[in-house]
Amino acid sequence: MDHETCMVKQIRSLDSDMQTLVYENYNKFISATDTIRKMKNDFKKMEDEMDCLSANMAAITDFSASISSTLQDQHAQITKLSGVHTLLRKLQFLFELPARLNKCLELQAYAQAVSSHRRARCVLQQYSHLPSFKGIQDDCNAIMEKLAQELRQKFRDGGTSAKDLSECVELMLQLDEPAEELCDKFLSHARSRLELDLQGLETLSLPSPTPNTDILEFIDRGCNEFVSSLCLVITSYQELFINHAQTGELLQAFVDDLAARYFSLVERRIQEEKGVGDNSLLVRALDRFHRRLQAVAKLLPGSAVPNRGTEIVIRAATERVKQYLSALQSFYMDSLTDVRQALATPRLSVAGAGASLPELLSSLSASILNQIKSVLASVHLFTAKDITFSNKPYFKGEFCSQGVRENLVVNFIRFVCQSSRQFCESAGDKGGSTPPALLLLLSRLCLDFETSTISYILTLTDEQFLVQHQNPITPVTALCGEAREAAQKLLNHYVKVQGLIISQMLRKSVETRDWVNTIEPRNVRAVMKRVVEDTTSIDVQVGLLYEEGVRKAHSSDSSKRTFSVYSSSRQQPRYAASYTPSAPMDTNLLSNIHKLFSERIDIFSSVEFNKVSVMTGIIKISLKTFLECVRLRTFGRYGLQQIQVDCHYLQMYLWRFVSDENLVHFLLDEIVGSAAHRCLDPSPMEQSVIEVICERG
Amino acid sequence: MEDDAPVIYGLEFQARALTAQTAETDAIRFLVGTQSLKFDNQIHIIDFDDENNIINKNVLLHQAGEIWHIAASPADKAVLTSCYNKTSDSRVVSCAAVWRMPSNWDSESHESPDDSAHNPQTLELLCHLDDSAHRNAACVLWEPMGDGKRVISLADNHALLWDLQESSTQATVSSTATLEGKGQLKFTSGKWSPHHNCSQLATANDTTIRGWDLRTMSQIYCIENAHGQLVRDLDFNPNRQYYLASCGDDCKVKFWDVRNVQEPVKVLEEHSHWVWSVRYNHSHDQLVLTASSDSRLILSNMVSISSEPFGHLVDDEELSEGEDNHQEDKSKEPLKDSVVSTYEEHEDSVYAAEWSSADPWLFASLSYDGRLVINRVPRALKYRILL
Repeated sequence: MDHETCMVKQIRSLDSDMQTLVYENYNKFISATDTIRKMKNDFKKMEDEMDCLSANMAAITDFSASISSTLQDQHAQITKLSGVHTLLRKLQFLFELPARLNKCLELQAYAQAVSSHRRARCVLQQYSHLPSFKGIQDDCNAIMEKLAQELRQKFRDGGTSAKDLSECVELMLQLDEPAEELCDKFLSHARSRLELDLQGLETLSLPSPTPNTDILEFIDRGCNEFVSSLCLVITSYQELFINHAQTGELLQAFVDDLAARYFSLVERRIQEEKGVGDNSLLVRALDRFHRRLQAVAKLLPGSAVPNRGTEIVIRAATERVKQYLSALQSFYMDSLTDVRQALATPRLSVAGAGASLPELLSSLSASILNQIKSVLASVHLFTAKDITFSNKPYFKGEFCSQGVRENLVVNFIRFVCQSSRQFCESAGDKGGSTPPALLLLLSRLCLDFETSTISYILTLTDEQFLVQHQNPITPVTALCGEAREAAQKLLNHYVKVQGLIISQMLRKSVETRDWVNTIEPRNVRAVMKRVVEDTTSIDVQVGLLYEEGVRKAHSSDSSKRTFSVYSSSRQQPRYAASYTPSAPMDTNLLSNIHKLFSERIDIFSSVEFNKVSVMTGIIKISLKTFLECVRLRTFGRYGLQQIQVDCHYLQMYLWRFVSDENLVHFLLDEIVGSAAHRCLDPSPMEQSVIEVICERG
Repeated sequence: MEDDAPVIYGLEFQARALTAQTAETDAIRFLVGTQSLKFDNQIHIIDFDDENNIINKNVLLHQAGEIWHIAASPADKAVLTSCYNKTSDSRVVSCAAVWRMPSNWDSESHESPDDSAHNPQTLELLCHLDDSAHRNAACVLWEPMGDGKRVISLADNHALLWDLQESSTQATVSSTATLEGKGQLKFTSGKWSPHHNCSQLATANDTTIRGWDLRTMSQIYCIENAHGQLVRDLDFNPNRQYYLASCGDDCKVKFWDVRNVQEPVKVLEEHSHWVWSVRYNHSHDQLVLTASSDSRLILSNMVSISSEPFGHLVDDEELSEGEDNHQEDKSKEPLKDSVVSTYEEHEDSVYAAEWSSADPWLFASLSYDGRLVINRVPRALKYRILL
């Protein structure tokens, strides 16, 4: 029920809604009908008005047509008149043209003439069938011909400035002269003028009796005259012939050709720059040279000229480095000559010569170092910041590492070592062409090089030039090794030479004497005293440059050792064994003595860098020579005794020089032993007598 | 491949003179001359038994004096020359003589080895190589590969060419060459060249080496300052006619091409004292033996200036066998000049070294203390040269 009432309620409300809706729409419908009716009335009115308008318009059209028809005639006449006027003006221009052209020609206002003619040319061409125009054209052509002639003349004269020239060419181009021909002519003119510049340069660079202009002035003039004219030519050419594609190559060839000549001149001039005194001038000149070429580079981007210029700069720089190297080398040789002289002159007083050795050494090494430093400073200018070419990759990298470090510094050090070594070799055969003191000095110099100088110089170079180690470079150790080797060789050679001098004395003294028929010894032979004196002076000399070195401890009574062993203990067993059959092994005492010195004595062996080692070497050589010479002789009784005395004397003095006194003992023993063997009547002298003789003097 | 140990033989006297018995090509035999002022000097004939590594010796007396130089005839095994010092009236005179060994020198020794030592046989004097004008012979040279009829003796500043006649019992000087110059010139050593039909001689005096033409007895070349100091010895390359080795007191061994005497072809500087003797191997001239007073003997392999610079020459037959051979050849790297070995068996100065005339791989060296050492070329090198 409830449900039903609810339903009814709803139906009712819906129904009332429907009714309201219908009412509302009905109202709207009625108002729409009203509106339509109203519109119908308005349209009718409008139609009437439109009709009226169209009638008016038709009237207007009629009027306008009548007006225009009346005006038509007059308008045509005016147009015609104005046309005639312009034509007349043109004609007047044409008629006046020859006169104007002539006037222009007179005034040399070529540009105006050409532009006038250009304007008229087409018309004249077109109406050339008319006799009057033809006349004018002919006149004009004749005048223009003259003008062209004049232009050409002017062009040919070449005396005009580059600017006039380019103007000329421009005009002639407008006159339809063939571009290629003009190019050629233009370039040939430019060439002749540039060549004049070059000739001027050439005369400047020619060696003349008067003092030459310096390189900076030369380059300056080259830049100002030649390079700037060249730039001018390039710009005007490019402006003129911008439309002619193929002419670019012509210009390129032209520039290359002239630049090549210029470069050859510059290069020749640079080569003349041999004096190594002032590098800054050259560097500045090269800088200017290089800088000005950059202008060409900007004008002609594809040109090889700037690169070639850089090449020249590089060549000049490497050449310079080479010159510095040779200057260093000759400086070194000169200093050596000085040292040689210094060594030779005060030789009269041994002490004076000796005292000067360390001074000579220090002054020599100091002057070498200074020279290297000044050269480095000079070369350093090439890489200065304000120099245009210093930031080229070459100058940043290769120049520093290869050029300066390797070619200059390393080569110089090598040269020092090498020349030192040459002293050893050349002197080796002739013997004593080099003063021994020089050998000693050089050896010390090389040793100093090894210990400090080389690394100092190389560090200095690396710092100054910021050497980037991209290329393989010579390591410091290799150079040091070389220097050490040279030092060693020199010192060995020194020992050899000094040993030889003493050997020679000993040899002569043994070879020239008749040992069989000599008299009983009363004195030590003078030559032995001489040997001891020389050895002492050598000792002093070496001591000035080299440290003492180590020696084995001396026995308490070194100088007093006796030789009595020979007469008693040694000879007896040896002769006792004489007539026993030869045993497979030699067991005599001599070999036993040898075995005591288990290490073999190398006579000409390497020495160490100290005084004792050097002296040992010299004494070894001398005594071994003595021994070998003694073995080649035959001695009488007194001959042997003389040898005994001599050996004892040597023993008294030589032991103090050597590292191992046993060595001296051994060699002297050998000498006396050998003399005893080679003696016809071996009756040795009493040891006490020997001592007395030796002590007496 | 172990090398045989060196064989050492000791003489009771000091000795300088050593030679191979040149005419003997079967047995390995060396002759050693002793130096003694007080006792009779001897010539030791050293036979080396290669298979058993044993030395047999025989002693002959050389009573004339101490022997400074000895040379064996290339034709007659029994003939030899010696240069010796004779002392008389407290004067020392150097002489040279040709000797003949007694014919039965070896037979006796085998029967009673002890007796031979006590009663050695004596050399038979054939003739003296001296005359009153020419004394002080430094050395005597036999004509190489000759018939034993011609010898040269170097005496003071003369080179004397002797003809030996009537089985070498008579010697006459057939020609002489004299070295003229300032001071007292004296030949120290010499060598008769085996090339050019044996018509050339090289001599050393002081630091100079001179070549002589024996037909005209005139100088043909001169190497001034060949060595810094005295030239001690010379030897000709047996296979290259212009090559000459020299050694001297500057511790160097130099090799010369006598056509260009300005510069040595090669310099060896291995010794640490004077070099007294230099000897080319007779068949393989790259092997050079040098003896020095630093008590060392050095065997060098001088391939670059030998007659076989590329090692053993390959026969044509071997070459035709094809590619494989070539590759093998390449893999064999070329020998370089080098010191083969240094022999340190001596304890005193070594004054002489000689190759055996019978075995090209064997050599003897003699030091002043009387020690004779027989050594062989290292086997590795030997096979390398042979193969």
